[in-house]
Amino acid sequence: MSSAVYIAGVGVISAIGNNVAEHLTAFENEKAGMGDITMLNSIHRGQLPVAEVKLTNGQLAEMTGLSPDISRTTHLSLVAAKEAIADAAIPDLPGWRTGFVSANTVGGMDKSEDFFIDFLKDNNKGKLRFVWDHECGSVTETVADRLGITHMVTTISTACSSSANSIFYAARLIKNGLLDVAIAGGADALTKFTLNGFNTLMILDKEFCKPFDEHRAGLNLGEGAGYVVLVSENVAKTLNKTPYCLLAGYKNSNDAYHQTASSPDGTGSYLAMMGALAKSGLQPRDIDYINLHGTGTPNNDSAEGTAITRVFEGNYPPMSSTKSYTGHTLGASGAIEAVFSVLAIKHGIIYPNLRFETQMDGLPLQPETKFLKNQQIENVMSNSFGFGGNCTSLIFSKS
Amino acid sequence: MKVYIRSTACISPQKTFNDDFLTDIIEYKGTRLSAIEPDYKAFIDPKQIRRMSHVIKMGVAASKKCIQDAGVEMPGAIVTGTAFGCMEDTITFLTRIVEEQEEMLPPTAFIQSTHNTVAAQIALMLQCHNYNLTYVHKGISFESALIDGTMLLNEGEAEDVLVGATEEMVDTSFKVLTRLGLYKRHPVLNLDLFKEKSKGTIGGEGAAFFLLEDRISRGTLAELITVKVLYKPVDIEDSIEKLLGGNGLSIADIDLVITGRNGDIRNDEIYDVLEKTLFKDSALANYKHLCGEYPVSSSFALWLAVNILKHKTAPPVVMERGAARLPEKLLIYNHYQQKYHSLMLVSAL
Repeated sequence: MSSAVYIAGVGVISAIGNNVAEHLTAFENEKAGMGDITMLNSIHRGQLPVAEVKLTNGQLAEMTGLSPDISRTTHLSLVAAKEAIADAAIPDLPGWRTGFVSANTVGGMDKSEDFFIDFLKDNNKGKLRFVWDHECGSVTETVADRLGITHMVTTISTACSSSANSIFYAARLIKNGLLDVAIAGGADALTKFTLNGFNTLMILDKEFCKPFDEHRAGLNLGEGAGYVVLVSENVAKTLNKTPYCLLAGYKNSNDAYHQTASSPDGTGSYLAMMGALAKSGLQPRDIDYINLHGTGTPNNDSAEGTAITRVFEGNYPPMSSTKSYTGHTLGASGAIEAVFSVLAIKHGIIYPNLRFETQMDGLPLQPETKFLKNQQIENVMSNSFGFGGNCTSLIFSKS
Repeated sequence: MKVYIRSTACISPQKTFNDDFLTDIIEYKGTRLSAIEPDYKAFIDPKQIRRMSHVIKMGVAASKKCIQDAGVEMPGAIVTGTAFGCMEDTITFLTRIVEEQEEMLPPTAFIQSTHNTVAAQIALMLQCHNYNLTYVHKGISFESALIDGTMLLNEGEAEDVLVGATEEMVDTSFKVLTRLGLYKRHPVLNLDLFKEKSKGTIGGEGAAFFLLEDRISRGTLAELITVKVLYKPVDIEDSIEKLLGGNGLSIADIDLVITGRNGDIRNDEIYDVLEKTLFKDSALANYKHLCGEYPVSSSFALWLAVNILKHKTAPPVVMERGAARLPEKLLIYNHYQQKYHSLMLVSAL
């Protein structure tokens, strides 16, 4: 049960790039992905900034070979998963027991929305192929079929922590001897459902978000997908390269406070961070960088910040919210930020928390505001918290 | 390490929530079976009941009864499965987006539409800070949760785990799924479901929860020997034999096979084949005439299996074939739309 699980490959698509290389360039150039809505047919166009992937469904379909009519989430998922598998370059992949553990929050909702307009006028109308992918699992299934994975396929949905959970669940499948290789992560496209949902909660910033800033006013929604390839020690030995790092620690805890709001002292996040540290055998001082959940909402950032002060007790490592670049990609965010955490270790980099100006009142936390290179980074903590009090921390460590 | 089931509670279109075991069977005519709702006030704060959708109420009440029966106050983890999640709230919010053209929408339906709402509400009710996860993968959503639960026990992460599955059928999903061809085109008597040789089945819904534990305690009902999911298996007969063999068993050791027969000729083909081959000498039982077909119906089957072991007899209404020898080892074989197959082996202590 103590066997190590390595990260052998990564793939990502978001508003700041269509692959890993484009993300690294955008980070270094401090180029955020937010802008006006251009693709979603919403009345909030021009009012609320979002972080769209800069490809139309047609362009995505050319990359994936899937029909342009299927959910955008499926396209995003396949693009990033394929990049991760290619990056891992596992010799004799078909010879291993390989699984696909994905995550999303609203399945093919973008297409269900189209269906519903016609369906509401007449219950016998609406193109049925638009609801075929309504289920979260349907998105995963289409991608698994394209990847040729049959050994184990499943989907997790726990709101904004979904894909952080899929990553550690995949690691556990390897540790329990059920799989040798797992592609794990998540995807979510922008939808009217989620945009209006967060808008009714009045937690969308009309400007570009300012995570961990005293004057933060909410989040910007984003979209994208992120995947990592996890491998057992036996598979790691066959690689023609050194794995990026280990998934050294993970913990899921529940805030048990409110369906959407975080508790003032961040109980769930505190327990998740402490649990992940315990699992990794590390002390808080060993963490070299925290990739924050940092949505930019007043409630999340103060709860997460409070929990961090309780865990780190004055010795704060560099920290930043990369949602200041990508927006909040919901079910994809945990995995996208896991990819960024892995890349931080690989390249010795720390990402800036864009637009940070003023420290939060009562919290001695100063996120990093510059892109830092040539850093010695051994251990990275990545936080992901979601509705239903679902809190997950992952720790990646140099192998 | 062995995994045991200490208690189970189920809300379904039959009277499964009280302690009698399928003695008073409800007959339905139609293609949709709706769950019989218990008096929720005994399980949920009345102020909360008003705000909760059908699936949340079913899930919270079933989970509460399950842990009460187990005598456990705080499970070491809560893991749930659902393919469609909170349909009622999802459709409410989606409808308002279209009808109100994205303006002046109330947030409640959105807040409660996330797939992990049931698991989260259980955590909130119990003030449980432990592990909390929700699987949403079509016909193996429940089995995925069950596999996670058994791994948590195996890892020593928890001593007991509350695992459950929920699914609600609302008018809109019933309409859409009917248009997609899942259900029969004419009303049928549910108890005659297997006499019908036609396309389509009948829709159902429900919630079933189980308290898994890593040791035998007073009142432990059964051992969960194993649970396995198979995606598009090439040779299911071979897969079943391997699973049995891997646990030192052969089909002759199985006292009762519970299948996922649902009255749809295409769906039932594989069961027809197996009943003439691997299962040719086995006693057989079915359950979907009682609860209908839905993605997590296998949770009803596991509830049934555990209760057969508890009561040491299978109710006549589920029996398809075979004598009632004392049931000690049960195999549940279900598949969902030919793609997702699952096997669960349960045993008396």
